[in-house]
Amino acid sequence: MSYVIGLKCRECGRRYPKEVVFVCEYCFGGVEVDYDYDAIRRVLTKTALASRPKSLWRYRELLPIEGEPTVGLTSGFTPFFRADRLATALGVRELYIKDDSVSHPTLSFKDRVVSVALTRAKEFGFDTVACASTGNLANSVSAHAAKAGLKRFIFIPADLEMGKVIASLIYQPTLIAVEGTYDEVNRLCAEIGAKYPWAFVNINIRPYYAEGSKTYGYEIAEQLGWRVPQHIVIPAAGGSLITKIGKAFKELTLLGLLSEAHTKFYCAQATGCAPIVTTIKARADIVKPVKPNTIAKSLAIGNPADGYSATKTVLDSGGWAESASDDEIIEAMKLLAETEGVFTETAGGVTLAVTKKLIEQGTIPRDESIVVCITGNGLKTQEPLMNRLGSATRIKPTLASFEDNLGDRIRGVSAR
Amino acid sequence: MAITVRIPTPLQRLTNGQGEVSCDGKTVTELLGDLERRYPGIKERICDPQGKLRRFVNVFVNEEDIRFLQGDQTAVKDGDEVSIIPAIAGGSYSGHVTV
Repeated sequence: MSYVIGLKCRECGRRYPKEVVFVCEYCFGGVEVDYDYDAIRRVLTKTALASRPKSLWRYRELLPIEGEPTVGLTSGFTPFFRADRLATALGVRELYIKDDSVSHPTLSFKDRVVSVALTRAKEFGFDTVACASTGNLANSVSAHAAKAGLKRFIFIPADLEMGKVIASLIYQPTLIAVEGTYDEVNRLCAEIGAKYPWAFVNINIRPYYAEGSKTYGYEIAEQLGWRVPQHIVIPAAGGSLITKIGKAFKELTLLGLLSEAHTKFYCAQATGCAPIVTTIKARADIVKPVKPNTIAKSLAIGNPADGYSATKTVLDSGGWAESASDDEIIEAMKLLAETEGVFTETAGGVTLAVTKKLIEQGTIPRDESIVVCITGNGLKTQEPLMNRLGSATRIKPTLASFEDNLGDRIRGVSAR
Repeated sequence: MAITVRIPTPLQRLTNGQGEVSCDGKTVTELLGDLERRYPGIKERICDPQGKLRRFVNVFVNEEDIRFLQGDQTAVKDGDEVSIIPAIAGGSYSGHVTV
């Protein structure tokens, strides 16, 4: 049973059938999925949800598939917790972390979008899936397509972190390292997609794929006890996650699952690639592409596909945006690990560094509820941390060597 | 001599299947006006009802994005090449795939 009415252009409102359409043929705007919310309201209740499996598919009525889900049955419903030690460090009262660094199976929020995209791609009858990726999407498409028995072509910029390359190759996709930026990879993929009959999850399946990000927002609301935070800080690469969390909160309100949602949205990018932050700060209409230069490679999209809608979501909510330098990113990665025991990738460092900056500026008040969106895992982006964390103390396997080498650390500890 | 305008695949139905046409004008705005006179119906696909370039249509003058020049007031002259490229399409995509 599907609750999808069809597709609709976000710019001009023209309607399309629920097929492989991703751009409005009239005005070239992006299209998005439109649902029968009246019908959903009757079945998607808090009681119904309480008995469902803890995966992203518990919100199945709000996801654009026709039959039953077939991919990513164990993905989603990641930890959400109050982060009091981090709150103390930042000087705020109520802080939460939504932690997709432990998303099953590929340790980033991309498992959400890929679960939806591949379920839909199979329904359309595709036998080959593909993507243009800054790394996390590459890992996720490689893994989920392996389990789904689909052929997979994965396109990445050639300079990605080793962790992200290995975490794609292990699933034996056809991995193509393109000598260029992500934006060049994406442009190439659009051309390849026009020629080969493949489901490019973030291109021709994009309207379906992008809906998967909404589950990150649904989970925050449900895990917070069916309310939303006053402030939410979200990392942006293409800008889709911000837009879709915004849509998620609106839908839950429309369905009566939230009484009202007045969350302010904040966009976090790296200073070396901040086209959306720049647009928000200028309150502009047009996102000017940039050439990325940052250690936060998963956010290094210079020409963001959803930059305009992310800007609109942020400004309409009364939120704001900031960027973080490479040093600030690394310091924030360390802070999150030291206070909350979470090892996030560089993108998570961006989000936390920006959160800190917005609090220090007074943009986010210290006495209101804040959610920090952690979307990826630090084991995949280890290179920038080399020589930044000190090193292990190396000793001989004797008590004497232990005490000689750690004298200053164990002095004053009363021995048994 | 005139200005060469490259037409993306989805709009070639309006230019009798031609991927390149010739037009005149001193600015991008004038050029689009001339394009409309020659191929009625094409301008509303490129510009919104207020006449502003649509958000997801990029225009390049000699390979340079006019958003980084003077927008629709960017000057053009004989011999220039102007490309109209839908933002999402990467150059040549019609937007519709059949499996």
